[in-house]
Amino acid sequence: MLNRVLFITLACLSLFACAEERAQVDSPDSEMSVQGSMLEITNPVIVYSSRQEYLIKPLFDRFTDETGIEVQYQTGEEGPLIARLQAEGEATFADVLYTVDAGNLWSASNRGLLASVDSASLQQNIPEHLREPLGQWFGLSVRARTIVYAKDRVNPSELSTYSALAESQWRDRLCLRTSKEVYNISLVATMIERLGEEATQNIIEGWVNNLAAPVFSSDTLVIEAIAAGQCDVGLVNSYYLGRKQVDDPDYPVALFWANQETSGTHVNISGAGITRYAKNPEGAQRLLEWLSTEEPQIMFSEMNLEIPANPTVPSAEQVAAWGEFIQDSINVEAAGRLQAAAVMLMDRADYR
Amino acid sequence: MSQDALENVSKERGVKHWPWKVLSYFIAAIVVLPILVILVQWGTIGFGEQEIWQHLFDTKLDRLLINTLVLMLGVGVGVTTLGVSLAWLTSVCAFPGRKLFEWALMLPLAIPTYVMAFVFLGLMNYTGPVQTTLRSWIGDEVYFPNVQASGAVILVLSLVLYPYVYMLARSAFLTQGRSMMDAGRILGKTSWQSFFKIAVPIARPAIIAGLALALMETLADFGAVSIFNYDTFTTAIYSAWYGLFNLAVAAQLASLLLLFVAVVLFAEQKGRKQARYTQQNNRNIQLYKLKGWQALAATGFCTAVMLLAFVLPLGQLVLWCIEIAAEELDSRYVGFLLNTLGLGLIAAVLTTLFALLLAYVKRLPAGTVEKRWQSLAIRISTLGYALPGSVLAVGIILSFTFLDQAIIGVVQNVFGLSIRPLLVGSLFALVLAYSTRFMAVAFAPVEAGFERINPKVIEAAKSLGASPARLLHQIYIPLLKPGLLTALIIVFVDVMKEMPATLIMRPFGWDTLAVRIYQMTAEGQWERAALPSVTLILLGLIPVFLLVRSSRPSK
Repeated sequence: MLNRVLFITLACLSLFACAEERAQVDSPDSEMSVQGSMLEITNPVIVYSSRQEYLIKPLFDRFTDETGIEVQYQTGEEGPLIARLQAEGEATFADVLYTVDAGNLWSASNRGLLASVDSASLQQNIPEHLREPLGQWFGLSVRARTIVYAKDRVNPSELSTYSALAESQWRDRLCLRTSKEVYNISLVATMIERLGEEATQNIIEGWVNNLAAPVFSSDTLVIEAIAAGQCDVGLVNSYYLGRKQVDDPDYPVALFWANQETSGTHVNISGAGITRYAKNPEGAQRLLEWLSTEEPQIMFSEMNLEIPANPTVPSAEQVAAWGEFIQDSINVEAAGRLQAAAVMLMDRADYR
Repeated sequence: MSQDALENVSKERGVKHWPWKVLSYFIAAIVVLPILVILVQWGTIGFGEQEIWQHLFDTKLDRLLINTLVLMLGVGVGVTTLGVSLAWLTSVCAFPGRKLFEWALMLPLAIPTYVMAFVFLGLMNYTGPVQTTLRSWIGDEVYFPNVQASGAVILVLSLVLYPYVYMLARSAFLTQGRSMMDAGRILGKTSWQSFFKIAVPIARPAIIAGLALALMETLADFGAVSIFNYDTFTTAIYSAWYGLFNLAVAAQLASLLLLFVAVVLFAEQKGRKQARYTQQNNRNIQLYKLKGWQALAATGFCTAVMLLAFVLPLGQLVLWCIEIAAEELDSRYVGFLLNTLGLGLIAAVLTTLFALLLAYVKRLPAGTVEKRWQSLAIRISTLGYALPGSVLAVGIILSFTFLDQAIIGVVQNVFGLSIRPLLVGSLFALVLAYSTRFMAVAFAPVEAGFERINPKVIEAAKSLGASPARLLHQIYIPLLKPGLLTALIIVFVDVMKEMPATLIMRPFGWDTLAVRIYQMTAEGQWERAALPSVTLILLGLIPVFLLVRSSRPSK
């Protein structure tokens, strides 16, 4: 009987393997190995994306409607996705790597996983500080990380810069998200670039000193803590507040554009690059170019309350209501280059 | 060992062992390979790695180690106390509601740790209903303990993980019966003394097995601790990987985790020495009748655990669901559901069969050297459970791309064909990933089943002229069945809850409920994660119910 059970294992295994082979044949991936100019245009573009499905699918669907090019995507966390891309090497299925935060794109590019793209329309549509100098990746939407405050307890005239939040008047009034979050790492990385390590570390230590509560695991929690009165100011990506304001126009938390008198508000991107071993680089380039044009740029802004990367495209109404602001013009690539330094600095400052 | 018996049985039937051995060694290799890939990362210690290690030593390693130890100790005490006491109550005592609690107390197994964590925080943090209500009653100055402290994390993990100890301890208490306890009492021990001096020591292997599973899951946990922002060794692994972009250091840290687990398990086994715990069947258990306040306390305790670990979190999730179901629920849920079920089922069957094969081959006659390698391979293959999911997934991807390249090379050289990679990104790879991750979960109950077979019984049966077929039918199958079922069902539930490996290894279109939960929680939209969470929990109830039915002592 034991033997019989084991035979069944074998049978299962072989059946399973067969089914798997069939699945491979059915999958469009194998179509790609069919060479021929006739088929090229219908080959799907395959995207590895750390951006969530509900934010990318509408865009890809629209792209397919307009061009007839199908887009397939694999969503996941950026770390494993990049590790997978690297492990697969030449054999990878992926044509495009799409992540949030420039740090991740920098890391992929640093590992030689991305190809340089020379595209006039991308260079024209995407400002210089939002793309990699060699064209290895391009920002497609912009998110600003800035100050939010309790309307009833803070006068916006008290607010100015990120650094000023380290001052003693904010003792026990500041709420922050964890330092493990890449948005905070990037912010600190650009501060290192502007102010140097020592000054930055003093500021971070000041922040930690001013905390009203242990750091939170999400921006939404920071905003809710301010609304509930646990603290008075915080640092978040603007769209998280936007979501709250959509649900409740009288939400007791407001947004303040940081560093307007100095370097401009810290911005980061969601962006994409074409993989070095893309099997469909033409389709991939068409996708990136299309994403930088007006219609998808508006969709970015309306779907997730982000800011279009293409400066000629207006923001969604909700976003525009926060007013015009000056973006920090440091190339977002610095956030990647200095990410490790920023992580270590925050560890030293005991920002958890 | 029942090895001799098996040996004789197979000799009589003229069965050849080698095909099973070859097959099992092949499977062991596939399961062990990804773990070895992680260990091999010690080969990469460049300047960057040294710098990071130095940084870890200088800044936070001590805090991480203390946090991790505190968490392990706390969860260890928590799951053992809850698991053993509840198992004891429901298996040998009679009190109001026992029949209900008997199975209901297993239900928290269906709740993923990360879901429990975000529900707990949603309820208990400053902005949650509990504190808001307190403030409205008493005023803003009301004291409330920090909800992100170690105590809260320990509570949450203990409430979700105690069923491992509960289930295994319960089956031990059930087979143990009360004859030994009665003996203890006749010898003048109080009931507490007999419990601690007799019942618990006899059930020790089962309790330890459950405890080991719970603690390995605690060590590997990233989802729950990161929701609490509670830094452990595992969060350091992720911070080295995601923050410092250094996968090598992440793997090195992870391998230390494995070393730790291996040493502890080894020490435990040595401590147990060569004691063997074959168990008699006790079909008619006489329950201790609890009366008065004792009965009340028993019922109250079980009710409290049920409320905290299951009813309350599920209730909160359902409330959130009602708020957002309209925008979240759509036809894709049918797909998520079927994918989750399908993956769980395939992986459970395969992993259990792998475990059966390994446990079976372990008992076949073999030379000393071969035996040594066998036990080493088995030991390594059951360590995967202590590895953080994403780290293990990368180990699997690396080892599979290696195999893929080998296959492609062979096909190219021999047949002159160029083919695409077969393994990476395939369903097969994902299922193997589950097998690697959950081998420990399947192996423990299967192995326990084999151990329960008393060689003397086999000898006796044989001397009375029982045929091998009859031996299998009347001894092996009935004795292995509960273990196999337990293995099947726990793996099934665990696979359905599994997130990190599924996320990175699933083939196109194989989104599961756990993936859906990740997509929502990653953006901080916990309320929207409620619907997939509730669906996942309800789905997990099916196998738990099956397990319950099978774990009742047969009449």
